[in-house]
Amino acid sequence: MKRVSNEHFGQWVNASKKVRFTFEGNEINGLAGDSVASALIANNQWLQSRSFKYHRPRGPLTLCGHDANTLVQTPTTPNLLADHLPARDHLSVSAQNYTGSLYFDVSRILDWFGRFLPVGFYYKAFFKPRGIWAYWEPIVRKAAGLGVSNLEVEAPYNDKAYCFCDIAVVGGGPAGLNAALHAANAGATVALIEQEPHLGGSLNYHAFGYETPRIASTEISVETSADRSTENSVGPSKTGDAASTTDARDAFSAISAQRDALIRAVEAHPNIRVLRSATCNAWFTDHYLPVLQGTRLIKLRAKQTILATGSSEQHVVFRNNDLPGVVMCSALDRLTRLYGVIPSAPVAVLAGNDHAYRTALSSHDGGANVQAIIDLRDGCDDPALSREVERRGITIYQRCAVLEAASRATGKVLSELIVHRLDDNGNASEKIATLDCGVLAMSAGFMPAYQLACQAGAVLGYDDETAQFQLSKLPAGMHLAGSVDSIFSLAAVEASGRNAARQAMKNLDAELTTDEDENTTCTERVNHPWPFVKHPKGREFVDFDEDLQIKDILNATRMGYRDIQLVKRFSTVGMGPSQGRHSALPTARLVAKATERSVNETGVTTARPPLTPEPLGLLAGRRFHPLRRTPLHNRHLHLGAQMMPAGAWQRPAFYGTPEQRDAAIQAEVAAVRTGVGIIDVSTLGGIELRGPDAAEFMNRLYTFGFAKQPIGKTRYAVLTNELGVVADDGVAARIDEDHYYVTATTSGVDRVYRDMLKWNAQWRLDVDIANVTSAFSAVNVAGPKSRDVLASLGCDINLDADEFPYLAYREATLAGIPTRMMRVGFVGELGYELHVPSPYIGVLWDRLMEAGSEFKIRAFGVEAQRLLRLEKGHIIVGQDTDGMTQPNEVSLRWAIAKNKPFFVGAKSVEILSKAPLERKLVGFELGATSPQPKEGHLVIRDGDIVGAVTSCEYSPTLNKIIGLAYVHPADSASGAEVVIRTDNAVHVHAHVADTPFYDPDNARQGL
Amino acid sequence: MPFGLLKYGLSDNYPFEIEADLPAPCELKPRYDVVIIGGGGHGVATAYYLAKYHGITNVAVLEKGYLGGGNTARNTAVIRSNYLTPEGVKFYSASVKLYEDLSNEFDFNIMYSQRGQLTLAHTDATVRAFRQRAEVNKHFGGRTELIDPCDIAELVPTLNLNPANLPVLAGLWHKDGATARHDAVAWGYAKGATQRGAELHQLTEVTDVVVSKGRVTGVKTTRGNVEAGVVIQAVAGHSAPMARKAGFELPLVAYPLQAMVTLPVKPFLNPLVSSSALHCYVQQTSRGEIVIGGGSDPYPLYNSRASLPLKESLISSAVEMFPFLSEMRLLRQWAGITDMTTDYSPIMGLSPIKNYYIDAGWGTWGFKATPICGKTMAELVASGGKVPELIQPFELARFDRFKQVNEMGATAASH
Repeated sequence: MKRVSNEHFGQWVNASKKVRFTFEGNEINGLAGDSVASALIANNQWLQSRSFKYHRPRGPLTLCGHDANTLVQTPTTPNLLADHLPARDHLSVSAQNYTGSLYFDVSRILDWFGRFLPVGFYYKAFFKPRGIWAYWEPIVRKAAGLGVSNLEVEAPYNDKAYCFCDIAVVGGGPAGLNAALHAANAGATVALIEQEPHLGGSLNYHAFGYETPRIASTEISVETSADRSTENSVGPSKTGDAASTTDARDAFSAISAQRDALIRAVEAHPNIRVLRSATCNAWFTDHYLPVLQGTRLIKLRAKQTILATGSSEQHVVFRNNDLPGVVMCSALDRLTRLYGVIPSAPVAVLAGNDHAYRTALSSHDGGANVQAIIDLRDGCDDPALSREVERRGITIYQRCAVLEAASRATGKVLSELIVHRLDDNGNASEKIATLDCGVLAMSAGFMPAYQLACQAGAVLGYDDETAQFQLSKLPAGMHLAGSVDSIFSLAAVEASGRNAARQAMKNLDAELTTDEDENTTCTERVNHPWPFVKHPKGREFVDFDEDLQIKDILNATRMGYRDIQLVKRFSTVGMGPSQGRHSALPTARLVAKATERSVNETGVTTARPPLTPEPLGLLAGRRFHPLRRTPLHNRHLHLGAQMMPAGAWQRPAFYGTPEQRDAAIQAEVAAVRTGVGIIDVSTLGGIELRGPDAAEFMNRLYTFGFAKQPIGKTRYAVLTNELGVVADDGVAARIDEDHYYVTATTSGVDRVYRDMLKWNAQWRLDVDIANVTSAFSAVNVAGPKSRDVLASLGCDINLDADEFPYLAYREATLAGIPTRMMRVGFVGELGYELHVPSPYIGVLWDRLMEAGSEFKIRAFGVEAQRLLRLEKGHIIVGQDTDGMTQPNEVSLRWAIAKNKPFFVGAKSVEILSKAPLERKLVGFELGATSPQPKEGHLVIRDGDIVGAVTSCEYSPTLNKIIGLAYVHPADSASGAEVVIRTDNAVHVHAHVADTPFYDPDNARQGL
Repeated sequence: MPFGLLKYGLSDNYPFEIEADLPAPCELKPRYDVVIIGGGGHGVATAYYLAKYHGITNVAVLEKGYLGGGNTARNTAVIRSNYLTPEGVKFYSASVKLYEDLSNEFDFNIMYSQRGQLTLAHTDATVRAFRQRAEVNKHFGGRTELIDPCDIAELVPTLNLNPANLPVLAGLWHKDGATARHDAVAWGYAKGATQRGAELHQLTEVTDVVVSKGRVTGVKTTRGNVEAGVVIQAVAGHSAPMARKAGFELPLVAYPLQAMVTLPVKPFLNPLVSSSALHCYVQQTSRGEIVIGGGSDPYPLYNSRASLPLKESLISSAVEMFPFLSEMRLLRQWAGITDMTTDYSPIMGLSPIKNYYIDAGWGTWGFKATPICGKTMAELVASGGKVPELIQPFELARFDRFKQVNEMGATAASH
């Protein structure tokens, strides 16, 4: 290999700036601007990977990230594409998927045994005798997989960006540049997305200078550029004759000048945002485009999309077409023109179209030793091209093919081609020549980069007569430009870009009058219809990723897998990292022939996002998983609280060290039962309902009657869903005629609020619904001394039981703070739930703790609250109910209004009420020394499951184990015996007990 | 090298001397004893068991696309029986039992692999629910237990035990949890069914169901009309529209369900791991790809398009569970359409139309039930409409009678 650097060759590398990295531990010298793949080739390192199945040596095929042959890894990251990985100092790169070393891969043995590994072989073996797959699977798994994950890597912080534009132009080649500029000149805002670090696309590497005849082209409307080119007619078309070297050089210079002017105009345009090294990786509904750029995911919302995504060059299927050194023509063009890497070894070109001739001439211009063109056709369509090729002494083998590529010395890089003549049926006949060859560039044609269009629902059609593609049924607002639309000659490509911009502008503004569409007729036939050269010994690869040969595809159809989708799934063709970019077309052709259908009918498999493999870290973004803390969080921590999650919230479980858990809970319980306790209940959902129809709304939503609820009173509020299942509960306080304040469970409030909005979208009642969960914070002060604590704080209302009785609601000023006070008794003692605007809760808490110190007030956590409420027999919706619990099963019939025409779920509740109960939630008791059942343990009756324990605790107040469980209705009477299966299948016999377990007459909460 | 492969390598004429898995296409007959609408796993499994156990072979499976191309192709191949209700556990356990033998029964490796399934609990409520599931499973002989974070760390050392600030409190470890090559299940059943005489007609769409005096008499297809003694619909993802063709409604809402897969890496993960709170599951296929999936899309839709927001949230969860996944690359995302019932259990058995049987409501739990569905639906047909005990709880009429079989808690994102 040698490096050149001039106007046309080595455009992307800086010959004066070296970079050093390692590959497989060896130091590699490259140039700034190199990709890892190009730098490796420049160092004669064609071998860069091992194939998935046979571990065959592989090297770059496309040099544009379209193939999987360049998959390498770094210490942190597996499965990187070396041709899209910029070479930089200190980078450490290694190959993947080998046993031993990249150069001597022991697993290569699989290649020799290939005949015993037919397509889908794993379906045919490894299962006899029964159970043997369990032993084979680990071996198969180890052999599969490509790179190795570094399990120590931490997920990075990657932000995401949002971007908006009128028109997204995907692809910064000649079509895309023209589209972007034309649209921007017409006033649209444009995002131009280019995968490579430089704009220009094929203008940078393809030898358009040898294009002939060049159709009468329109001037590029570079309005902001003074450098308007008039060179369109320069070149071969002017003379109508062979492209002489001087003419061609002029043409090349003209094209570069034109390209540079175009790029300058695009980059300078205020309406165009250029995204380089950026991949538009999918098309989602309504032009929602994820663009990957560096470590950022840009979410681009466009009104119109212009796809100027180009096309994928297709390979010729012949024996050992996977040898390192066998590349696409465009890859050789990129190697020479972008990176200035010129092969020293003899170069040959395998042509299925005229493009390949231009590659031959271009490489020759760069100084490569181009020896031969092997043309699958009867000759070049453009006689000027073949004359020029011959003039340079390059041999043309017409109607010939490479039957086999070989690597005589090393087995790891191309050294020889066996050229055979093709007979009338396209099969190889007599041998013509054996050629020494270090690089073979091939082109069987171009397949549109159809993926984004097809993700959007477009259909890829194929004309079996002309072998050309056509995308149709594009979604509204999507337009094609350039070779994705099967337009190949430069002038037509550029015109198609402007046409696409015109269409997009018209869609944006129907009133807009734009100039007429330009002619984009392109008669060049780029696709060879049958680029297959079957070899008796096989190894003609259709799919490089999955190591699939001609016979594998044919055998899949013969085994009965005839549909293209079944062929894919059975053989895994197209399922590899390059997602069928090169295998789709040859597979469709082989399957079509084998099943006697047309290629168009056979089709290709569905295109699914993403376009290129995308790093999960970019999608995950910044790992933002917020916790919710109440305003009292730090106060809990100061008191030594152990916090526990409650949905997204953090709540104190108890106050004390983990070792003190049980003692702490008992002490907290004792404080509430005998003195006073305080718990942070800010996480309770709070919803405000205001408006003339507030009462009506409450009445329709909740099971109880609320229409006649007196102002200043609270009511227990149960929600059922349409199935009659208990969905949530809370307390509703009527603040005013048209004003309710309703609580909901911590985990349920978002759903309740959403349901409220949903229902009122139908009911259209005059009520305003606001979720004020975060706006209000609350504490519950409970215990026989709670009134004393409040009184000592200074309260502007009378707290006496007659004035402020159980279940009443009052608004008061407490310690100077406006407070909503509810006398409710979840824990079964005299108690006050105090709701205040969140900013005040800290002060209120501090004042309560100060005032309470005299009464030995103690903060209690969720654990103590659960025990206290269980002693009181109160259920927790979601713990003591499940997704099928109906009110009767949990004795909530009393909370359902009898004479209400409607509430959500009323009809179901009514039907359910008439049917006999299948289970019933009851209280049960066990002696203090019995094994304690856990929540979730089963209730067994005659060997069958009849229910489960939903709550169970040891009650220090009662000195026994108490709990709630679903039992058979026949066992629901007080005193009945039920069997609970506890840990290790120990059965305990519990007795059904009336609830409340504690203070059955409800004397204490009413004090 | 297994001996099973020698015949391929040593034969000069492979594959011609080896029997094809699937027969070549053939003409539709004017009448079949049984027409099965839908050539997915359930459809061909039913045909298979009809032929194998009941000698009923005048059967046509009609598939609008290609064999196993619907949800059979799109699911993430989780096989498990750790459900909550006794009805569910009994049913899915029977399916797991059948799966264990399928490769040898088919003479076709479905790559059934019992790697175990681990579901993570991040809240007290989930721990309670998991304990109950473990107990119910054990009651019916399943291998399921509640394990603590230390056991979890030992089982999956690469797992982050505090993902997204949600500490892992416990895990439901289901040793019977397994995976298999989903396509191969459909192919194995199709192979067995067609070898016994049943017909598989791909690219044959049923456009209407012919009902006369409350009894089904045949179907109209894109390839002509066919008379039928019995018709079964097994068209997961399109069950309600198909039932409507027969003249009745199914209480189903269709939601897309998305999944995605990464480029393959060498194996690091053995069990299937899912998180109840993050709504995400992660498993590694035998090819080395990481499969990531979660709950259904939040709104109903009959379209299998993929979407960006779901991908972002799912990947975000997966990266929380296994942070090093951030350096891996997503290769493909896709979607299926799930027919959701209100109780997360299927609808099987009789319909309001005589001789028209339904196999529907498969939400996100259809693949794992494939064998037992085929078997019980075949019994239903062979007995002339006597519903096998195992599927009686799943009858359509349960919705009228408020006898739902609630598996919501046991389904969620575990699949």
